[in-house]
Amino acid sequence: MIGIRPTGWHEFRFSSREAGGIQLAGTPYDEMYLGNDAARPHYRHYAEWLAKQASDRLTQKRAEADALFHRVGITFAVYGQEEGTERLIPFDIVPRVVPSEEWARLDAGLKQRVRALNAFIHDIYHEQEILDAGVIPAEPVLCNSQYRPEMQGVDVPGGIYAHIAGIDIVRDDAGEFLVLEDNLRVPSGVSYMLENRKMMMRLFPELFSNHRIAPVDHYPDVLLDNLRSVAPTGVSDPTVVLLTAGANNSAYFEHAFLAQQMGIELVEGQDLFVRDESVFMRTTQGPQRVDVIYRRIDDDYLDPLAFRPDSMLGIPGLLTAYRAGRITIANAIGTGIADDKSIYPYVPEMIRFYLGQEPIVGNVRTWIMRRKDDMEYVLAHLEDLVVKEVHGAGGYGMLIGPASTKTQIETFRARIKAAPERYIAQPTLALSTCPTFADSGLAARHIDLRPFVLSGREVSIVPGGLTRVALCEGSLIVNSSQGGGTKDTWVLES
Amino acid sequence: MLSRTADHLYWMARYTERAESLARLVDAHYRMSLLPHSGDALTASLRATLAALDIEEPYRERHGTIESRAVFEFVALDRDFGGSILNCLRAARENARAVRGSLTSELWVTLNSTWLDARALAARRSAGADIGHFVEWVKERSHLTRGVTSGTMLRDEALHFTRIGTFIERADNSARILQAHQRDLVPGADAGSVPDPYEWSALLRALSAFEVYRRVYRDVITPFKVAELLILCDDMPRSLLRCCKDVYENLRSIANERSSETVRRAGEMHAMLHFSRMEDIMTIGLPRFLERFLARACDLGDRIASDFLVPPTEA
Repeated sequence: MIGIRPTGWHEFRFSSREAGGIQLAGTPYDEMYLGNDAARPHYRHYAEWLAKQASDRLTQKRAEADALFHRVGITFAVYGQEEGTERLIPFDIVPRVVPSEEWARLDAGLKQRVRALNAFIHDIYHEQEILDAGVIPAEPVLCNSQYRPEMQGVDVPGGIYAHIAGIDIVRDDAGEFLVLEDNLRVPSGVSYMLENRKMMMRLFPELFSNHRIAPVDHYPDVLLDNLRSVAPTGVSDPTVVLLTAGANNSAYFEHAFLAQQMGIELVEGQDLFVRDESVFMRTTQGPQRVDVIYRRIDDDYLDPLAFRPDSMLGIPGLLTAYRAGRITIANAIGTGIADDKSIYPYVPEMIRFYLGQEPIVGNVRTWIMRRKDDMEYVLAHLEDLVVKEVHGAGGYGMLIGPASTKTQIETFRARIKAAPERYIAQPTLALSTCPTFADSGLAARHIDLRPFVLSGREVSIVPGGLTRVALCEGSLIVNSSQGGGTKDTWVLES
Repeated sequence: MLSRTADHLYWMARYTERAESLARLVDAHYRMSLLPHSGDALTASLRATLAALDIEEPYRERHGTIESRAVFEFVALDRDFGGSILNCLRAARENARAVRGSLTSELWVTLNSTWLDARALAARRSAGADIGHFVEWVKERSHLTRGVTSGTMLRDEALHFTRIGTFIERADNSARILQAHQRDLVPGADAGSVPDPYEWSALLRALSAFEVYRRVYRDVITPFKVAELLILCDDMPRSLLRCCKDVYENLRSIANERSSETVRRAGEMHAMLHFSRMEDIMTIGLPRFLERFLARACDLGDRIASDFLVPPTEA
């Protein structure tokens, strides 16, 4: 069996002023406080409450949260460690609060974005009008390893490809929300959104009685309803299953959690088989037909006959059944074409092209090196910029200008010149901060936000998302195994 | 229900039951070790028990001679011995984790907490610390797990497979404990040649049968009646008859197209015990009877696996 990349919990990177004396473009936006320690209006109640709490009570609550997360097993498996030793993703008890008017804008902007992304994927696997119109060059799309020729001409129910989208949002120094990354393959983290809320309600019930916090716990219902609505035509009472790589996968807790919450079977590849272009699961009462697969493994591992032949996680013949329209796979095969870093810069153009609207939430400014002007600008400002390799994962093919030595910058300059189409560049962002418990007490730490956008009969978003926080002072690249934590996210109702 | 899910539930229950059985055995012998002049009887009983459980060899490889402290440590807490109580608790938890979505959250949290606490306890305790406390705790956790299982789980297939795992394992353990003492249970051992009273109490306590015996027979302990209680008493939760009855009844509830022969064999095993008299068993001879019983229990386990848990590929 070959190892698989942890699905989800993608690299999580922050720039920080404290890191090695890097100078950022501006002062980070503080989510809670204005200057001179006055709380922003939507944080006022919370700040008053916080000021009244004895520090040992909060310390005790934090310990209680850790113990509960362990007991309930809200943990992630660490590769190469003994069975029965999973780690916690640190949970911070200071919530991230989003006022209703800011949320309304995000809500509209993300729905708009996901509609356009779904339209784009459908177009690419059908007429390719956006390429013909010259809005996006054909080469980065059709020569992309994420483009799946197997999907060309395949109709999927409702024309929906990205049923579940995790859109990573950051806030710049001006307080503006920007999309940093789209995750349209197997986005993860939603279980932490739900469990963090449960934990906060358990630890601090009093806060929920004096705030109007939009609930999130209907997420599994909406998801199940959507998954049922995209069953193959003619199936009236569809059987939905969740496909996991197994208990050793880093996101296994989330898979088990969602399956349980939706009341569907949690299956592994070995539990399913294809016969006569239909998919069945092996049950104690014999084979049972499956109609919708909510898969949490990557395209490459889905079907050893079609993709990686060495995959033990997939189901031989699945692609054939899929192309025959006998099974729905969510997210669809081939969505990676829309969340690739080389495609990201064109999303605002997609919104204009397919919806005829202006983007409500924009992208981070991005220079595309295949454009001559962009390349010249970037080469002249390498020491201020972040350069990313378009197909790179995990921050390997990445240059953080302000944190790099002259030699590193020159190495990258040569690489960019040799293959400009492989790189994009962005400004070094001063991500917003939120007060967070550190060893020394409350301190400002950088955060981002991943709301989950669900597409079925309609597009919907459970108010909030997963707020991730860089717990280490001065770290530049942070993920869950390197000190990244999470917070509860409160969207206030007006 | 997915076959793989049923398989994990079945093994989750078997490992939980096995941990409890081992804890009972250690507990019984531990108590025996606290009594004066128990030395030879204790060693003999430990040796017979290790042999009946098929773990004498791994023990000897590690420790050589049979020494009560070393046996207790080995059976209860040895990290490297896959069959130790500690590792059974881990295996129960790993199986539960693989199907945590099919368990009630109460049951999952109970099994997970048991493992987390056992691991912490094993790491913390100093050598020679009170092993009696540990096995007592394991029994309590097992009672809790059983209570949570019956108190929270839906009366569906998941529960039936869990129960089948529990009772097959229990039948196996009871038969092996009887095997360890089979020489003392022959009819001729009555009166005059009563074996060491310590050993009796070890045997009966290991099966939670000490008080039950008094209540059922209101008489002095005789080998014949001990054997009858542990083999043929329908009301005794750990008797072979009771375990077979429980396996059979649960198996009937989950029967599928393939399983008729398996259900028949479980019924036959039950009927055979149900209509047996102790005199008949003694005529065959207890060792032979127990050997056959264990072989049939093993066959039944294999058949359950191929009918329900790991069915042949049908693609």
